Amino acid sequence: MSEIIKKIEAESNEKRNSLPSFNSGDTVNVHVKIREGNKERIQQFQGVVLQRKNKGSNGETFTVRKISGGIGVQRIFPVLSPNLEKIEVIRRGKVRRAKLNYLKGRHGKSARIKEKL
Amino acid sequence: MSGIIGRKVGMTSIYGADGRNVACTVIEAGPCVVTQVKNVETDGYKAVQLAFDERKEKNTPKALKGHFSKAGTTPKKFVVEFSDFREEFEGQVTLGNEIKVGEVFVEGDFVDAIGTSKGKGFQGVVKRHGFGGVGQQTHGQHNRGRAPGSIGGASYPARVFKGLRMAGQTGNKRVKTLNLRVIKIIPEDNIVIVSGSVPGANNSMVILEK
Repeated sequence: MSEIIKKIEAESNEKRNSLPSFNSGDTVNVHVKIREGNKERIQQFQGVVLQRKNKGSNGETFTVRKISGGIGVQRIFPVLSPNLEKIEVIRRGKVRRAKLNYLKGRHGKSARIKEKL
Repeated sequence: MSGIIGRKVGMTSIYGADGRNVACTVIEAGPCVVTQVKNVETDGYKAVQLAFDERKEKNTPKALKGHFSKAGTTPKKFVVEFSDFREEFEGQVTLGNEIKVGEVFVEGDFVDAIGTSKGKGFQGVVKRHGFGGVGQQTHGQHNRGRAPGSIGGASYPARVFKGLRMAGQTGNKRVKTLNLRVIKIIPEDNIVIVSGSVPGANNSMVILEK
Protein backbone atom coordinates (compact mmCIF):
# COMPACT_ATOMS: atom_id res chain seq x y z
CA MET A 1 0.00 0.00 0.00
CA SER A 2 1.16 3.48 -0.76
CA GLU A 3 2.77 5.58 1.96
CA ILE A 4 0.24 8.34 1.48
CA ILE A 5 -2.72 6.05 2.11
CA LYS A 6 -1.00 4.60 5.16
CA LYS A 7 -0.65 8.11 6.49
CA ILE A 8 -4.34 8.81 5.91
CA GLU A 9 -5.36 5.57 7.57
CA ALA A 10 -3.04 6.10 10.55
CA GLU A 11 -5.81 7.99 12.29
CA SER A 12 -8.14 5.00 12.17
CA ASN A 13 -5.35 2.67 13.31
CA GLU A 14 -5.03 4.79 16.41
CA LYS A 15 -8.71 4.40 17.07
CA ARG A 16 -8.53 0.67 16.47
CA ASN A 17 -5.74 0.28 19.02
CA SER A 18 -7.76 2.14 21.62
CA LEU A 19 -10.61 -0.39 21.37
CA PRO A 20 -10.70 -3.48 23.57
CA SER A 21 -9.71 -6.67 21.77
CA PHE A 22 -12.62 -9.01 21.22
CA ASN A 23 -13.38 -11.81 18.85
CA SER A 24 -16.11 -14.23 17.85
CA GLY A 25 -17.63 -16.00 20.84
CA ASP A 26 -17.18 -13.06 23.19
CA THR A 27 -20.18 -11.38 24.77
CA VAL A 28 -20.05 -7.62 24.30
CA ASN A 29 -22.16 -4.65 25.22
CA VAL A 30 -22.16 -2.07 22.42
CA HIS A 31 -23.13 1.51 23.23
CA VAL A 32 -24.61 3.03 20.08
CA LYS A 33 -25.31 6.74 19.64
CA ILE A 34 -28.76 7.32 18.24
CA ARG A 35 -29.85 10.71 16.96
CA GLU A 36 -33.53 11.55 17.23
CA GLY A 37 -34.14 14.98 15.77
CA ASN A 38 -31.68 17.16 17.64
CA LYS A 39 -31.37 14.92 20.66
CA GLU A 40 -28.75 12.24 20.97
CA ARG A 41 -29.03 9.25 23.27
CA ILE A 42 -27.16 6.02 23.85
CA GLN A 43 -28.68 2.63 23.14
CA GLN A 44 -27.08 -0.54 24.35
CA PHE A 45 -26.95 -3.76 22.43
CA GLN A 46 -25.62 -6.77 24.28
CA GLY A 47 -24.97 -10.13 22.71
CA VAL A 48 -22.53 -12.67 21.37
CA VAL A 49 -20.09 -11.66 18.63
CA LEU A 50 -20.68 -13.99 15.69
CA GLN A 51 -17.88 -12.76 13.47
CA ARG A 52 -15.50 -9.98 12.58
CA LYS A 53 -15.21 -9.19 8.90
CA ASN A 54 -12.61 -7.34 6.78
CA LYS A 55 -10.06 -7.16 9.57
CA GLY A 56 -7.40 -4.52 9.21
CA SER A 57 -9.41 -2.34 6.83
CA ASN A 58 -11.28 0.86 7.58
CA GLY A 59 -14.52 -0.91 6.75
CA GLU A 60 -14.11 -3.63 9.37
CA THR A 61 -17.44 -4.79 10.86
CA PHE A 62 -18.59 -7.18 13.57
CA THR A 63 -21.90 -8.97 14.02
CA VAL A 64 -23.60 -9.19 17.41
CA ARG A 65 -26.46 -11.61 18.09
CA LYS A 66 -28.85 -11.56 20.98
CA ILE A 67 -32.19 -13.13 21.81
CA SER A 68 -34.78 -10.43 22.32
CA GLY A 69 -38.23 -11.54 23.44
CA GLY A 70 -37.61 -15.04 22.19
CA ILE A 71 -36.56 -13.83 18.75
CA GLY A 72 -32.98 -13.82 17.56
CA VAL A 73 -31.73 -10.34 16.58
CA GLN A 74 -28.45 -9.64 14.82
CA ARG A 75 -26.82 -6.28 14.26
CA ILE A 76 -23.77 -5.46 12.24
CA PHE A 77 -21.59 -2.60 13.48
CA PRO A 78 -18.61 -0.95 11.77
CA VAL A 79 -15.74 -1.27 14.23
CA LEU A 80 -14.40 2.25 13.59
CA SER A 81 -17.77 3.97 13.32
CA PRO A 82 -17.99 7.32 15.13
CA ASN A 83 -21.50 6.30 16.19
CA LEU A 84 -20.16 3.72 18.61
CA GLU A 85 -19.74 5.30 22.01
CA LYS A 86 -17.90 2.32 23.47
CA ILE A 87 -17.61 -1.44 23.34
CA GLU A 88 -17.55 -3.37 26.62
CA VAL A 89 -16.34 -6.96 26.70
CA ILE A 90 -18.44 -8.79 29.26
CA ARG A 91 -17.39 -12.38 28.81
CA ARG A 92 -14.71 -14.15 26.79
CA GLY A 93 -16.00 -17.22 24.99
CA LYS A 94 -14.06 -20.30 24.02
CA VAL A 95 -14.91 -21.20 20.44
CA ARG A 96 -13.15 -23.15 17.70
CA ARG A 97 -14.47 -21.20 14.77
CA ALA A 98 -14.00 -17.65 13.44
CA LYS A 99 -17.59 -17.42 12.20
CA LEU A 100 -20.27 -18.70 14.57
CA ASN A 101 -23.04 -19.03 12.01
CA TYR A 102 -24.06 -22.32 13.64
CA LEU A 103 -25.67 -20.30 16.43
CA LYS A 104 -28.44 -19.18 14.10
CA GLY A 105 -31.52 -21.27 14.69
CA ARG A 106 -30.22 -22.54 18.05
CA HIS A 107 -31.35 -21.41 21.45
CA GLY A 108 -31.08 -22.47 25.03
CA LYS A 109 -28.76 -25.33 25.86
CA SER A 110 -27.37 -25.87 22.37
CA ALA A 111 -26.46 -22.20 21.96
CA ARG A 112 -24.20 -22.07 25.01
CA ILE A 113 -20.58 -20.99 24.68
CA LYS A 114 -17.98 -22.05 27.22
CA GLU A 115 -16.17 -19.29 29.01
CA LYS A 116 -12.49 -18.82 28.35
CA LEU A 117 -10.65 -18.57 31.62
CA MET B 1 -13.71 25.67 -15.79
CA SER B 2 -10.93 25.60 -13.26
CA GLY B 3 -9.04 22.46 -12.44
CA ILE B 4 -5.81 20.76 -11.57
CA ILE B 5 -3.76 17.79 -12.73
CA GLY B 6 -3.00 14.94 -10.35
CA ARG B 7 -1.99 11.37 -9.88
CA LYS B 8 -4.27 8.66 -8.55
CA VAL B 9 -2.75 7.18 -5.40
CA GLY B 10 -5.37 4.58 -4.51
CA MET B 11 -8.60 4.03 -2.68
CA THR B 12 -9.59 3.83 0.97
CA SER B 13 -12.66 4.64 3.02
CA ILE B 14 -13.42 7.40 5.47
CA TYR B 15 -16.13 7.83 8.11
CA GLY B 16 -18.18 11.00 7.77
CA ALA B 17 -19.56 12.98 10.66
CA ASP B 18 -22.88 11.17 10.31
CA GLY B 19 -21.17 7.81 10.79
CA ARG B 20 -21.37 6.67 7.19
CA ASN B 21 -18.36 4.91 5.75
CA VAL B 22 -17.66 6.48 2.36
CA ALA B 23 -15.44 4.85 -0.26
CA CYS B 24 -13.04 7.46 -1.57
CA THR B 25 -10.09 7.95 -3.89
CA VAL B 26 -6.87 9.62 -2.83
CA ILE B 27 -5.34 11.89 -5.46
CA GLU B 28 -2.00 13.64 -5.28
CA ALA B 29 -2.92 16.85 -7.09
CA GLY B 30 -0.46 19.51 -8.08
CA PRO B 31 1.32 21.73 -7.50
CA CYS B 32 0.86 22.59 -11.17
CA VAL B 33 2.80 25.26 -13.05
CA VAL B 34 1.15 27.65 -15.46
CA THR B 35 3.08 27.11 -18.68
CA GLN B 36 0.96 29.26 -20.99
CA VAL B 37 -1.87 31.74 -20.74
CA LYS B 38 -3.90 31.94 -23.93
CA ASN B 39 -6.05 34.95 -24.71
CA VAL B 40 -8.44 36.06 -27.42
CA GLU B 41 -6.00 38.54 -29.04
CA THR B 42 -3.15 36.14 -29.75
CA ASP B 43 -4.74 32.68 -29.69
CA GLY B 44 -8.38 33.33 -30.52
CA TYR B 45 -9.68 31.85 -27.28
CA LYS B 46 -9.14 31.99 -23.54
CA ALA B 47 -7.37 29.13 -21.77
CA VAL B 48 -4.77 28.33 -19.16
CA GLN B 49 -2.20 25.61 -19.70
CA LEU B 50 -1.00 23.73 -16.62
CA ALA B 51 1.86 21.24 -16.28
CA PHE B 52 2.41 18.61 -13.62
CA ASP B 53 5.02 16.07 -12.52
CA GLU B 54 8.76 16.09 -13.12
CA ARG B 55 10.25 14.69 -16.31
CA LYS B 56 13.84 13.80 -17.02
CA GLU B 57 15.63 16.48 -19.01
CA LYS B 58 17.23 13.93 -21.36
CA ASN B 59 13.81 12.52 -22.28
CA THR B 60 12.34 15.89 -23.14
CA PRO B 61 12.26 17.08 -26.76
CA LYS B 62 14.04 20.38 -27.39
CA ALA B 63 10.85 22.09 -28.47
CA LEU B 64 9.19 21.27 -25.14
CA LYS B 65 12.30 22.27 -23.20
CA GLY B 66 12.01 25.69 -24.77
CA HIS B 67 8.33 25.84 -23.90
CA PHE B 68 8.99 25.03 -20.24
CA SER B 69 11.99 27.33 -19.93
CA LYS B 70 9.80 30.18 -21.18
CA ALA B 71 7.66 29.63 -18.10
CA GLY B 72 10.83 29.41 -16.02
CA THR B 73 10.26 25.85 -14.86
CA THR B 74 11.74 22.37 -15.19
CA PRO B 75 10.39 19.90 -17.80
CA LYS B 76 7.06 18.34 -16.85
CA LYS B 77 5.32 15.12 -17.80
CA PHE B 78 1.73 16.18 -18.29
CA VAL B 79 0.46 19.34 -19.95
CA VAL B 80 -3.26 20.07 -19.93
CA GLU B 81 -5.26 23.07 -21.06
CA PHE B 82 -8.20 24.39 -19.06
CA SER B 83 -10.61 26.77 -20.74
CA ASP B 84 -12.03 29.56 -18.58
CA PHE B 85 -10.29 29.39 -15.25
CA ARG B 86 -12.55 30.80 -12.55
CA GLU B 87 -12.83 34.57 -12.25
CA GLU B 88 -10.98 34.89 -8.95
CA PHE B 89 -7.94 33.31 -10.55
CA GLU B 90 -7.68 36.04 -13.18
CA GLY B 91 -4.89 37.79 -11.30
CA GLN B 92 -3.13 34.61 -10.18
CA VAL B 93 -2.71 32.73 -13.42
CA THR B 94 0.41 34.30 -14.76
CA LEU B 95 3.17 32.50 -16.60
CA GLY B 96 5.32 30.37 -14.30
CA ASN B 97 2.97 30.67 -11.33
CA GLU B 98 2.39 27.64 -9.17
CA ILE B 99 -1.18 26.50 -8.50
CA LYS B 100 -1.93 24.34 -5.50
CA VAL B 101 -4.92 22.15 -4.82
CA GLY B 102 -6.09 24.19 -1.83
CA GLU B 103 -6.40 27.26 -4.04
CA VAL B 104 -8.61 25.58 -6.62
CA PHE B 105 -11.01 23.46 -4.54
CA VAL B 106 -12.55 23.66 -1.11
CA GLU B 107 -13.98 20.78 0.88
CA GLY B 108 -17.53 20.01 -0.16
CA ASP B 109 -17.06 20.99 -3.82
CA PHE B 110 -18.31 18.71 -6.54
CA VAL B 111 -15.63 17.93 -9.12
CA ASP B 112 -15.33 15.87 -12.27
CA ALA B 113 -12.44 13.44 -12.68
CA ILE B 114 -11.00 12.57 -16.07
CA GLY B 115 -8.68 9.62 -16.53
CA THR B 116 -7.81 6.76 -18.84
CA SER B 117 -9.75 3.67 -17.83
CA LYS B 118 -7.98 0.37 -17.26
CA GLY B 119 -7.55 -1.55 -20.53
CA LYS B 120 -9.55 -4.76 -20.76
CA GLY B 121 -8.46 -5.82 -24.25
CA PHE B 122 -10.82 -7.15 -26.92
CA GLN B 123 -13.98 -8.11 -25.08
CA GLY B 124 -17.32 -9.61 -26.06
CA VAL B 125 -20.66 -7.88 -25.80
CA VAL B 126 -21.51 -9.32 -22.38
CA LYS B 127 -18.59 -7.59 -20.67
CA ARG B 128 -18.40 -4.59 -23.00
CA HIS B 129 -22.05 -3.57 -23.20
CA GLY B 130 -23.72 -5.60 -20.49
CA PHE B 131 -25.70 -7.85 -22.84
CA GLY B 132 -27.46 -10.73 -21.15
CA GLY B 133 -26.05 -13.43 -23.40
CA VAL B 134 -28.26 -15.78 -25.33
CA GLY B 135 -29.89 -17.29 -22.29
CA GLN B 136 -30.55 -20.99 -22.49
CA GLN B 137 -27.80 -23.47 -22.00
CA THR B 138 -29.97 -26.57 -22.38
CA HIS B 139 -32.31 -27.81 -25.17
CA GLY B 140 -29.44 -28.70 -27.43
CA GLN B 141 -27.88 -25.25 -27.33
CA HIS B 142 -24.15 -25.06 -27.08
CA ASN B 143 -21.24 -22.83 -27.95
CA ARG B 144 -23.06 -19.49 -27.98
CA GLY B 145 -23.99 -18.63 -24.41
CA ARG B 146 -22.29 -15.21 -24.60
CA ALA B 147 -22.98 -14.44 -28.27
CA PRO B 148 -24.63 -11.13 -29.23
CA GLY B 149 -27.61 -12.73 -31.04
CA SER B 150 -29.13 -11.20 -34.18
CA ILE B 151 -27.59 -7.98 -35.50
CA GLY B 152 -30.41 -7.11 -37.91
CA GLY B 153 -32.90 -8.38 -40.49
CA ALA B 154 -31.72 -10.12 -43.66
CA SER B 155 -34.29 -8.70 -46.10
CA TYR B 156 -35.02 -5.45 -44.30
CA PRO B 157 -33.01 -3.35 -43.56
CA ALA B 158 -30.62 -5.81 -45.26
CA ARG B 159 -27.67 -4.05 -43.66
CA VAL B 160 -26.20 -3.57 -40.23
CA PHE B 161 -26.93 -0.22 -38.62
CA LYS B 162 -23.99 2.04 -37.87
CA GLY B 163 -22.99 2.16 -34.24
CA LEU B 164 -24.52 -1.24 -33.42
CA ARG B 165 -22.99 -2.46 -30.19
CA MET B 166 -20.57 -5.30 -30.87
CA ALA B 167 -17.43 -6.86 -29.43
CA GLY B 168 -14.22 -4.82 -29.45
CA GLN B 169 -11.53 -3.02 -27.49
CA THR B 170 -12.77 -2.30 -24.00
CA GLY B 171 -11.30 0.20 -21.58
CA ASN B 172 -8.06 2.15 -22.10
CA LYS B 173 -10.23 5.10 -23.07
CA ARG B 174 -10.65 8.62 -21.75
CA VAL B 175 -13.44 8.53 -19.20
CA LYS B 176 -14.99 11.34 -17.15
CA THR B 177 -16.67 10.63 -13.83
CA LEU B 178 -19.05 13.40 -12.83
CA ASN B 179 -19.84 15.05 -9.49
CA LEU B 180 -17.41 13.53 -7.02
CA ARG B 181 -17.56 15.29 -3.67
CA VAL B 182 -14.31 16.65 -2.27
CA ILE B 183 -14.19 15.04 1.17
CA LYS B 184 -10.88 16.31 2.40
CA ILE B 185 -7.94 18.43 1.27
CA ILE B 186 -4.51 18.08 2.87
CA PRO B 187 -2.68 21.13 1.46
CA GLU B 188 0.73 20.35 2.96
CA ASP B 189 0.90 17.00 1.13
CA ASN B 190 -0.97 18.22 -1.97
CA ILE B 191 -3.58 15.56 -1.36
CA VAL B 192 -7.23 15.70 -2.29
CA ILE B 193 -9.67 12.96 -1.30
CA VAL B 194 -12.82 12.61 -3.40
CA SER B 195 -15.79 10.34 -2.84
CA GLY B 196 -16.24 7.33 -5.07
CA SER B 197 -13.98 5.88 -7.73
CA VAL B 198 -11.91 7.56 -10.39
CA PRO B 199 -11.12 6.01 -13.80
CA GLY B 200 -7.69 4.49 -14.34
CA ALA B 201 -5.06 2.48 -12.53
CA ASN B 202 -3.13 3.68 -9.49
CA ASN B 203 -0.33 6.11 -10.40
CA SER B 204 -2.13 7.16 -13.59
CA MET B 205 -2.85 10.78 -14.44
CA VAL B 206 -6.16 12.29 -13.33
CA ILE B 207 -7.57 15.68 -14.29
CA LEU B 208 -9.90 17.24 -11.74
CA GLU B 209 -12.27 19.92 -12.95
CA LYS B 210 -14.80 22.14 -11.27
